[in-house]
Amino acid sequence: MDKVAVVAEQREGKLMEVSLELLQKATDLAIILDGTVSAILVGNHCKDLANELIAHGASKVVLVDHPHLELYQSDVYAKVTASILTEISPEIVLIGGTSIGIDLASRVAAKLKTGLTAHCIDLYIEKIDGKEQLIHVVPGWGGRIMVKIICPNHRPQMATIRPGMLEKAKPDPSRIGNIISIHPDMTENDFGARTLEMVKERRDGKLLEDAEIIVAGGFGLYSAGGFGLIEQLAAALDGEVAGTRPACDHGWIPENRMIGQSGKMVRPKLFVSIGASGAVQYTTGFLKSRVIVGIDKNPRSQIFNVADFGIVEDLKKIIPCLIEELKQ
Amino acid sequence: MPLNVIVCIKQAPDPEHSYQITIDPRTGFIQRAGIPSITNPMDRHAMEEALRIKEAFGGIVTVLTMGPSQARKSIEEALAMGADRGVILCDPFFAGADTLLTAYVLSKGIRAVGNFDLILCGSETIDGGTRQVPPQLAEFLDIPHVTYTRKIDFIDAKRVIVERTIENGHLKIELKLPALIAVLKSINQYRRPTVMGIMEAARKEIIEFGSSICNPSGIEKEYIGYIGSPTKVIEVFEPLQGRSVEMIGGIPKEAARKLIKRLRELEAL
Repeated sequence: MDKVAVVAEQREGKLMEVSLELLQKATDLAIILDGTVSAILVGNHCKDLANELIAHGASKVVLVDHPHLELYQSDVYAKVTASILTEISPEIVLIGGTSIGIDLASRVAAKLKTGLTAHCIDLYIEKIDGKEQLIHVVPGWGGRIMVKIICPNHRPQMATIRPGMLEKAKPDPSRIGNIISIHPDMTENDFGARTLEMVKERRDGKLLEDAEIIVAGGFGLYSAGGFGLIEQLAAALDGEVAGTRPACDHGWIPENRMIGQSGKMVRPKLFVSIGASGAVQYTTGFLKSRVIVGIDKNPRSQIFNVADFGIVEDLKKIIPCLIEELKQ
Repeated sequence: MPLNVIVCIKQAPDPEHSYQITIDPRTGFIQRAGIPSITNPMDRHAMEEALRIKEAFGGIVTVLTMGPSQARKSIEEALAMGADRGVILCDPFFAGADTLLTAYVLSKGIRAVGNFDLILCGSETIDGGTRQVPPQLAEFLDIPHVTYTRKIDFIDAKRVIVERTIENGHLKIELKLPALIAVLKSINQYRRPTVMGIMEAARKEIIEFGSSICNPSGIEKEYIGYIGSPTKVIEVFEPLQGRSVEMIGGIPKEAARKLIKRLRELEAL
């Protein structure tokens, strides 16, 4: 029985990591529901990726292969995904909370007239009034509070989960699954919105999600002469530079380097926050880091509520000392 | 080629005041009394884009919101920026709607307003931040959509090319109108209302629709608002912060040495 479905995402012939992360969660949920996991993958020439999904836990992969579907197409992807979900009628649908996944999930949920929750940080099953319900734990008000949501009377129960929230399991290449290939008929006239090309933009450094060490700055850097200090410290730590919403709004970091509820969720080995007051919208983004260091000149900064180590000091004084110390 | 543009906006609680939110220990619900509201920032950029389209091609800009009566203030602000008319969808039966039901009611409001070439909205709100309403609204209106848009170029009155950001790049998308586009802040710098604009706004029309737009016969109200929403909040709680901080003092040089030593001990470096 297809109890849980994962809508996988590929870009340029590679699976997004979050799709594999979701398969682990989907497998756990499917065991409780005494069912199996199906994956749906839309793209072009994706057969190898289907095998990868199986190795990570899918028992069945519905593969939609078409030259027009290599790139994300909002209306057509939603249409095919919704029709497959109607066919396999799972209890639960998990979708990676990428910029594309959220877009797709929203339209699919509206097609299926069912509930969808965003940015879940936890998902588990509980029996309520004799019926197994998926409990979606989502941050509300920028993480200030947590909310438990259910979708009691509509199926499937749909949720998006941010990349990096879950850990993916080790693949088992010996797993066997069923691949169902669909080759829909379509012409360009079927596309109300047609993606013509994907353009990569130059990006300095590693993806934040892959970084082991992250140094993030906030608006407190303003009086310390901007982001130069953060960049030097990150270089000394062999880490990546990131920042808060105000740092982004100020143009110090690009949007893809913003940490927090509306930015990146990260879980590095070491997260160093500098000159940030620790608004929950921001701290939500790195709470799962192994070690958190907070440095701010304000002793009442909220950052010290979430840090393992705290230093209250003038940033212009402490950062050069840290850089100096790291060189030894 | 005059264009009929409808901008959907939302009034949201000011995030600067989120620390004032508390949970009523008795009911378990959020208490937000006294927290001021603002127009969702990204929606102001959607409003600006609509005005620029009108300035380039002519047409009408209608601003629409669903919310309690105080949401009228956000409509007035948009009228002062330059919108031609405002629409507020206001009814106690709309309260507590999740994203699906919000999108549904907005689609009914748009149908009640009439024809359009383009729907613009912000990609994300500062409160819920789900990004779900724009694609869901497009689905209810049965039109194509693009979210996360930072640039719109008109090819002709029926087609636009947009740049839609994704992680580490963007998609170039051709969109047939009528369509819905959800924008990002980076699409433009929005204007502030002028004194002249505020004076003119006072003479502009604000149309109010209630739940009768959802069902002209006035029955079946159970299908809208909280009751009709597929998702239900069952519990609200404060997250545990499971760490205790070790403050490191001393002169900067000493503090730096102690911190780096501790991080090395923990193999965090």
